[in-house]
Amino acid sequence: MKILVAVKRVIDYNVQIRVKDDGSGVVTDNVKMSTNPPDDNAIEEAVKIKEAGKATEIVAITVGEEKAQETVRKALAVGADKGIHVKTEGALEPLAVSKIIQKIVEKEKPDLVFMGKQAIDDDCNQTGQMLSALLNWPQATFASNIEVKDNSLEVTREIDEGLETVEINIPAIVTCDLRLNEPRYASLPNIMKAKKKPIEEIKVSDFGIDITPRVQQLKVEEPPKRKAGIKVANVAELVQKLKNEAKVL
Amino acid sequence: MSVLLIAEHNNKDLRPFTLNAATAASQIDKDVHAVIIGQNTETAAKKLSELPVVNKVISIEAPHYENFTAENFAPAIVKLAENYSHIVCSANTFGKNLMPRVAAHLDTSQVSDIIKVISPDTFLRPIYAGNAFATVKTNDVKKCITIRPTSFEPCESSGGTATIEKGEAVEEFTNTKFIKREEIKSDRPELGTARIVVSGGRGMQSGDNFKLITEVADKLGAAIGASRAAVDAGYISNDHQVGQTGKVVVPDLYIAIGISGAIQHLAGMKESKVIVAINKDGEAPIFSVADYGLEADLFEALPQFMEELNKLNTIQK
Repeated sequence: MKILVAVKRVIDYNVQIRVKDDGSGVVTDNVKMSTNPPDDNAIEEAVKIKEAGKATEIVAITVGEEKAQETVRKALAVGADKGIHVKTEGALEPLAVSKIIQKIVEKEKPDLVFMGKQAIDDDCNQTGQMLSALLNWPQATFASNIEVKDNSLEVTREIDEGLETVEINIPAIVTCDLRLNEPRYASLPNIMKAKKKPIEEIKVSDFGIDITPRVQQLKVEEPPKRKAGIKVANVAELVQKLKNEAKVL
Repeated sequence: MSVLLIAEHNNKDLRPFTLNAATAASQIDKDVHAVIIGQNTETAAKKLSELPVVNKVISIEAPHYENFTAENFAPAIVKLAENYSHIVCSANTFGKNLMPRVAAHLDTSQVSDIIKVISPDTFLRPIYAGNAFATVKTNDVKKCITIRPTSFEPCESSGGTATIEKGEAVEEFTNTKFIKREEIKSDRPELGTARIVVSGGRGMQSGDNFKLITEVADKLGAAIGASRAAVDAGYISNDHQVGQTGKVVVPDLYIAIGISGAIQHLAGMKESKVIVAINKDGEAPIFSVADYGLEADLFEALPQFMEELNKLNTIQK
């Protein structure tokens, strides 16, 4: 079985982002970037499945500018066998990304495609579901547990009401939740080895698909700031303030 | 053209955020039609027809719609889509799972999780865990929009008399099989709509200690929330998680106990009207968004809090 894992380079989750003064976006220059956190879970799960002898090959793919290749390199260091970097300029919408991955799926013919459930930059939560629609494959989103069966996966999904379990026939798409597993760190020898693993570079123009943005970002601004609060000395004061000042009790 | 609202329900009843999504839909266009897809949904369809903002209900029933799988729902919605300019539903796990599948079939770039309708093609939405707001304009002919339910008031639930029409089911998608749903039943208010939320974090130290939170929540008629750290540690189940990848809550009062306040948690609660933080680390980031901060050991503060609450003779529930 072959697993394709999609990874995205985003501003690191610990960075407090800053909005650009001209409202055109957020500051990304000299800001720490890393792999979108649930994409790390997607890679980890693929590697675990391979280690269990149920997969033979893991291909990591990213779509993005030059530096996005770092995320593929990291995936290779953690256990992916080969990488694909589809080179693009500027931000792409999930619909465009899913069309690009669709082309890669047609070429690579994976049995499963894994990715994070949501990117923490645009917070869209769309790409996996869109890819699944384009391929007419089953989708298991927000996965917190995956059991590999003969020709299917049994996936536990985190939903608002609790948990849901579905069985999806292979080929299928899974979008991964942060609770799916604990992503490992790449060891130094594996980071060195990963440098020798192949990364295929493809220009997005080679696919001949229309990736023109359909949604214009008119303005990016800071959200309204909360006014500074106060520290109370003790519980009695807190309850009095909640009752008499905030009037919420 | 009109707006198509996708109703969320449990086959018997509408789920509450359908009312918030209906409000958002009606802000886009006055002519809102609502589709309800399921099995034996007669009662829920009737309730949908009673929402005054809904002008027409389309009910599609088939056994394979009983469990709301997106693979089955999407083609049925796509089939209806030609009559509509917009398709709208909530950006909760139901809508997040379903809408992109609809959008891709329609070759539309979805706009996710909007918090404001500026005009029928322009919307405000949070990005970067709510640390920036983007104003976006979609140029697609068909617009697929998911709305953040807590940013729109629920619409009136009675007084409407929309007609209910039968819609056509599409054949079953057989490569996905629903196995089971484990819903955590509780008498407490739903987290997403509760007036008061009491949340615990890693500082609770164990699942057992969450009973301190439960006591306070019961006293206040509050829902129980949790940080991702508390859910990851197994103190409490995932349906309680508040944050960027969990639920977004906007209660009148949010009480954060033993929660440090990572960016990802703040994303889910910082729009709450009044925020209280109880934490023994005075430098914890949660204090930067708290209206009232108490720097204290929660294991001392919570029993005192209960005592003080018991002294109050009136607590609005």
